[in-house]
Amino acid sequence: MKAAPFEYARAGSLAEACELLARHGEDAKLVAGGQSLVPMLAMRLLRPAWLVDINEIAALKFVAIERDAARIGACTRQCTVERNAPLAAHVPLLSQALAWVGHVQTRNRGTIGGSLAHADPSAELPLAAQVLGARLVLRSAKGARTLAAGQFFTGPMSTAARPDECLEEVHWPVWSEKRTGSAFTEISVRHGDFAIVAAAAQVALDAEGRCTRVAFGLGGVGITPLAFPQIAARLAGTRLEDAAVQEAANAAATACEPGGDLHATAEYRRHLARVLAARALRGAHEKAKLQ
Amino acid sequence: MSAAERNFRYIGAKRRAKEHPRFVSGRGRYVADIALPGMKHVALVASPHASARIVSIKTDAAIAARGVLYVLTGEEFCANTDSLAIGVDTPKVTRWALARGVVRYAGEWVAAVVADSRALAEDAAELVEVEYETLPHVIDPEEALKPGAPLVHPAHGSNLLYQRKFVWGPVEEAFAAAKHRIAFRAVWGRSATVPIETFGVAAQWNPGTEILDIWASIQMPKYPDQAARALRLPGNAVRVHYDVDVGGSYGVKRGIKHTVLVGYLAKKLGVPLRFIEDRLENMRGGDMQGPDRFFDMQVAFEDDGRIRAMKIRAVDDVGAYAGRSPFQLGKPVSAICGPYAIEAIEYEPTSLMTNKTPQEAVRGFGQSPTNFAIERAIDRVARHLGMDRIELRKKNFVRKEQFPYTIPSGSTYDSGDYHAVLDKALAAADYPALLRARDEARRAGRLAGIGIATCLEPSGGNSAFEVLMNPKHETTTWMDSCLVRVDLSGAVTGVINNSSSGQGHESLVSTVLGEILERDPATIRVVRADSLTALPSNSPVGSRMAIMLGGAAAGAAKQIKQTLIAIAAHNFECSPEDLEYRDGNVSLKGAPGKRLGWDQLVEIAHRKFHKLPPGLEPGLQAKFVWEVPTGGGLPTPEGRIQIYPCYAFEAHVVLVEVDPDTGKPSIGKYVCGHDCGVMINPDIVHGMTYGGIAHGIGAALYEKFSYTEDGQLASGTFMDYLIPSSMEVPALAIVDHCTPSPLTTFGQKGSGEAGYLGAPAAIANAINDALAPLGAAIDTLPMSHLAIWETLAQGTPP
Amino acid sequence: MSETLHTVTVEVNGKPRSAMVPARLSLVDWLREELRLTGTHVGCEHGICGACSVLLDGEPVRSCLMYTVQAHGHRVTTVEGLAKPDGSLSVLQDSFCETHGLQCGYCTSGMLIAASALLDHNPSPTEAQIRDAIGGNLCRCTGYQQIVEAVQLAATRMKAE
Repeated sequence: MKAAPFEYARAGSLAEACELLARHGEDAKLVAGGQSLVPMLAMRLLRPAWLVDINEIAALKFVAIERDAARIGACTRQCTVERNAPLAAHVPLLSQALAWVGHVQTRNRGTIGGSLAHADPSAELPLAAQVLGARLVLRSAKGARTLAAGQFFTGPMSTAARPDECLEEVHWPVWSEKRTGSAFTEISVRHGDFAIVAAAAQVALDAEGRCTRVAFGLGGVGITPLAFPQIAARLAGTRLEDAAVQEAANAAATACEPGGDLHATAEYRRHLARVLAARALRGAHEKAKLQ
Repeated sequence: MSAAERNFRYIGAKRRAKEHPRFVSGRGRYVADIALPGMKHVALVASPHASARIVSIKTDAAIAARGVLYVLTGEEFCANTDSLAIGVDTPKVTRWALARGVVRYAGEWVAAVVADSRALAEDAAELVEVEYETLPHVIDPEEALKPGAPLVHPAHGSNLLYQRKFVWGPVEEAFAAAKHRIAFRAVWGRSATVPIETFGVAAQWNPGTEILDIWASIQMPKYPDQAARALRLPGNAVRVHYDVDVGGSYGVKRGIKHTVLVGYLAKKLGVPLRFIEDRLENMRGGDMQGPDRFFDMQVAFEDDGRIRAMKIRAVDDVGAYAGRSPFQLGKPVSAICGPYAIEAIEYEPTSLMTNKTPQEAVRGFGQSPTNFAIERAIDRVARHLGMDRIELRKKNFVRKEQFPYTIPSGSTYDSGDYHAVLDKALAAADYPALLRARDEARRAGRLAGIGIATCLEPSGGNSAFEVLMNPKHETTTWMDSCLVRVDLSGAVTGVINNSSSGQGHESLVSTVLGEILERDPATIRVVRADSLTALPSNSPVGSRMAIMLGGAAAGAAKQIKQTLIAIAAHNFECSPEDLEYRDGNVSLKGAPGKRLGWDQLVEIAHRKFHKLPPGLEPGLQAKFVWEVPTGGGLPTPEGRIQIYPCYAFEAHVVLVEVDPDTGKPSIGKYVCGHDCGVMINPDIVHGMTYGGIAHGIGAALYEKFSYTEDGQLASGTFMDYLIPSSMEVPALAIVDHCTPSPLTTFGQKGSGEAGYLGAPAAIANAINDALAPLGAAIDTLPMSHLAIWETLAQGTPP
Repeated sequence: MSETLHTVTVEVNGKPRSAMVPARLSLVDWLREELRLTGTHVGCEHGICGACSVLLDGEPVRSCLMYTVQAHGHRVTTVEGLAKPDGSLSVLQDSFCETHGLQCGYCTSGMLIAASALLDHNPSPTEAQIRDAIGGNLCRCTGYQQIVEAVQLAATRMKAE
C-alpha cells in the first residue's frame, strides 16, 4: 500500500498554491491534513501527478469571529477549532459536529477546509456547513469567488471547486438571536466512523418560546449532505411541538434519496433519517430553551 | 483451592511480565524490523475475479520497470515446489501460494514481483498483464452443495471436503421419548482474529551452508517441517528463528504459503527477501478468514428442563482451499455438549468450499461458534418452557461431584465446579440489581436484556481431531519441551522452542523454573531456540502452553533439582532422602550447617568431575519433553476420542441495551466468572480473557468478511471490517474461581482462548432477551445495527 | 524514471535528522526503514488502527497519513523518545508494565503516544476521557481494560511525583 509516485510542491503562500494549480491543472491535487486523501493515494485509488501541499501556509490558519459569521481559514486544524471556546459559543453546531469526527489523531491533522473539499456525503463538517449555509471562499490565480455550501457540494466526493481553485476560508453564519440552540447526532457503527446517517439542527426562539428560525439537515442519505429549508420554514412560528417536529422529520426523510451499502440498506437509512432528524430538532430546541 | 492455598512461592503471585520492558520502550523485534543487508522486497498481483481461467500472463513491462529483479508466476512456482499440506483426505484439493491456470477467489495471488523497495515492487505489480476468462463461481455455502454448482476444485469432484454423522448415545430414542423438541438455525458470521500486525516473512538462502534462514510472524505447529517439504528441502535445511516477536495472532498467523513463496524466491534469486503483507493483501489474500458456519440445532427436553439429547448439524465454509481449517469442526467434538450432562448427541460436521478467501485457525479452533449455538439452544429451551435460564443451566450442568465426567463423544472432563462459578459471576454482577436495571429500562420504553453464557474451553490438546477426521493422519501426540541450563555463574536460562504472540511465555517459564528451583524468576532468562536447535514443540495453539510448556519447564527444573541433590548426596555420602533442598541450597536434614550452596553445587557440576557422582554427566542442564496428559489414544469406530485433557469454564453475565428506534446496541455491565484452575500469572490470564471478550464482542456485533454476489470481498479494509475500539468495549470485570486440574503439574488449565469462547453467546443471548418482549429473535452473527433493526421491524406488532 | 528527491530536516526525538526522500515516502516508513526507529509500527496504512501514532510538534498524529516531506521543519517524537532523559522508563511506560497493559506489544507504542498526549493536556482524565483518547488505537489483545488501568495509574503516580 504505497502511493504511486508523484511530484510534490510545498506552497509557501496561497498565491503560490494557486500558481501551482494553474500550472498543473487537473494533474494536481491539493493536500491539507491528508486524512482522507492519503489513504486513497496509498490504495492507488487516486494518482495525481502533483501534490500541492498547503499545510505550511500560515495565512490559511485562523479563526476570526465577526458580527455575522465566524471566518475560519481553510487549513485550520480541526483540533484548533474544537478547542476554541468563543467559536463554540458563536457557532455551537460546528463544535458539536466535530465531536463526532474521527479520533484525536485525525483531528490533530485534519483541517476544516480539507473535510469540506473532500465532500463525503456522510461526513459531519459538510453537513454542518450545509445546514448553516456556510459560505466558502475559493481562490485561484484569476481571483476569488464565494459559494454557498449548497452550491459547493455537487455529489459524492465532488464539489464545484475548479481544478485551479484552492479553498481559502469558510464563513460560518453566527445567529444573532439570543435564544439559539443546536444539536448534532448520528448513528455510526463504531464511535468515530463515518455516519450511517447524521442529523444536525439549529433553532432560534423568541422570548415566548416561539420558533423564529430553524435549519436542519441530514447526512448519509443522498449524494451530498442535505438541508431542508422549505420544511424548516414550516416550523417557524410553532413551539416545536412533538407532532410538528416529527412531521418535519418525516417530510425530510421522505425527501431524501439514500443508497444502500454494506452497513445499511436504503430503507434503514430512511428510517434513521426520520428518527435522527427529529432527535436533532428536539435537541436543538432543548438547548435553545436553556438560553 | 487457590494458588496461595497450595503454598506456591511465585505461581499465582502478581508478577510483571518479563517481555514488557522491551515492548514499552519500542525495542521489540517483529518481522518487519528484520533488515538484512541487500534485502529486496516482494509485492503481489492478485486476482480480481472470484473464479477465472488464466489465459495469459505478460510480465515484460514489469520486469523492465525500475528496480525490479524478478517476476514469478504460478507456472514456474508450482513446478518447483510441492502443494501445501492438506488436513482432511482430499488429495486433489492442492494448494500453492500462486495460482496456476485458474484462480479460485478474488484476491488470490497470481504473480509475485521482487524489487528494490516495496513501493517499486507495487509499481511493477501494476504492470503485470493478466488476461482472464471468468468462470462460474459459488459464494453461498448451501448453493455450493447443490448438484450442478460450480466446482471450486473440479478435480476433487465436489465442493464437499468432509462430512460425517456421529451418533453418540441413544439419540433417536431420546428424541422420540422427550416431551419437547425445538429446532432452529444459528449462524456464525465469517470473522477472524485480524491481528494489528499482518503476516510477514523474511528469508535468506546461504549457498555456502545450504541453509534457508526464515524469520516470520508465526504461530503454527509443524511450520518448519511444512515449509521444508513444500520447498523440497530436507528439514535441516530450513532454520526458523523463533526469536521474532509476533504482533498478535490468536490462531491465524500460519503464513505457510507466504513462507514457501518467499523462501523459494530467496533461494532462487540468491538475495535476502522480506515480504510484509499490506492490509489489503492481508484481508483478501492472506488466507486468514475464520469459521463461517451455520448450525441446524435440535434439542429434546422434558418439562422440568432436563435436556435429553441434542442434534447438531454444523456446515462450515472454508473458502477456496483447505489446509487445516476443516479440523475446526473437529475440536468441538471434545466439548460437544458444553458444560451440560446430556447423554445423547448427534453431530454432523460438514466442511465445504466456495470461492472465498480461505479460512485459517481462529482462537478456540471452532469451539466458540459451537458454544454460541449450544448457548442459543439453552436460552431457546428456557424460553420455550418459560423457565429461568439460570435454573435451566444449573439443572443440566455436570455437577462438581461427577468429575471426572465422560461425555458421549468420549472426552473426559477433568474437573470443575460450574455451579459455583456461575454463582460467583452472578454475585459479582449483582444479578438482582441487573434485573432491576433491565426492567426499569424496559418500563422507560427502552429495550434491555441480560445475557448469560456458560461455556467450556478445552485446552492442552493432542490434535487428535486429525486422526478423527482423517485416519491417514495418525496424530496422537502434541508434545512440548523445555531445556534448562544453569551456567557456571549459577544463572538459570530456560530455552523454549516457539515464537510468542503476546502470551507471555518468557514470564510463564521463568515463573515455573523459579517455583521449582526456588530461585527468583526475575533472575531467570528465557530465550528461544531456532528450529534446528529446538526440542520438539507444537507452538502455542489450543490454549496449551500453561499446561504443556509449563509442564515441560517444571519437568526440566525438577531434573536440575534432582541433580543438585544427587551431587550433595554424593559429597555428603548420604542418601538423597536425607537431604533437603531450599532456595537452591542442599543441606542435611536436621543439620543445617552441613550444606552445599547453589554456587558450590553449580561449580561441582561444571568443573569438578572428581566430585560428581558416577554416571552423572558434567555441566548442569536438563531437557524435558512432555506428552499431552491423557494423550495417545486413537478414536473408537463410533468416533469417540479424548482430544483435550483440561476443561476451563467461564460464565458470562452481561447487560445490553438496544435503541428501539435505531437498532443500535450498547453494552452495559459485563462480568465473566472464570475457572482455569491454578493461574500461573493472574494478570496474564486476565489480560487474555479481557481480550477474548473484546474479540467476542467484535464477532457478536461488528466483524464480518462480507462478500458481494459477484464474489468480491466487501470488507477488505479497516473502514469496513470493524474491529471494536475502546469506545465499543465496556469496562470488563473478571471473577476468578480455582478448581485445579488433577492432570497438570500445578493444577493449571489452559486460558489463551478464554473470554472469546463465551462472549459471542452471551451478547447474542442478551440481545435476544432485549428483543423478547417484542416477540422477536435473532440467531445470526454479527448482530449489526441493521440486522437488529430489521429483526425489530419484523418482530414489532403493527 | 527515477523519482525526485526532496531534502528534509526533521527533529526526531530531540535530534535533527536530515535526509533526501522521495515525495511518496510516508513518515512511518522513513522512521522505520531509514532511521531504524522500529518502535513505531505499521498496522493498516490507511489511518484506522493507530499503531503508527507519533507526536508531531507534541500532538499525536498517524504517521502513515503523512509524507516525510511534510514533516520538514517539524518535531517528531516516537516511542523511543518517551523514556526519561536517563533512558529509564517513563511513568506511563512503567505503568503499562505494572498493569499488564499490553500483550503482543504491537499496538503499544501507539497507545503510549496517545496516552502521553492525553496526560499532557489533562493530568486527571476520567475513564471516559481515557477511552476517548485511545479510541483511535485498535488493540486485539487486551480488550483495553488493562490499558485504561495503566493510564489511570500513570495519572495517579504523576500527580504524586
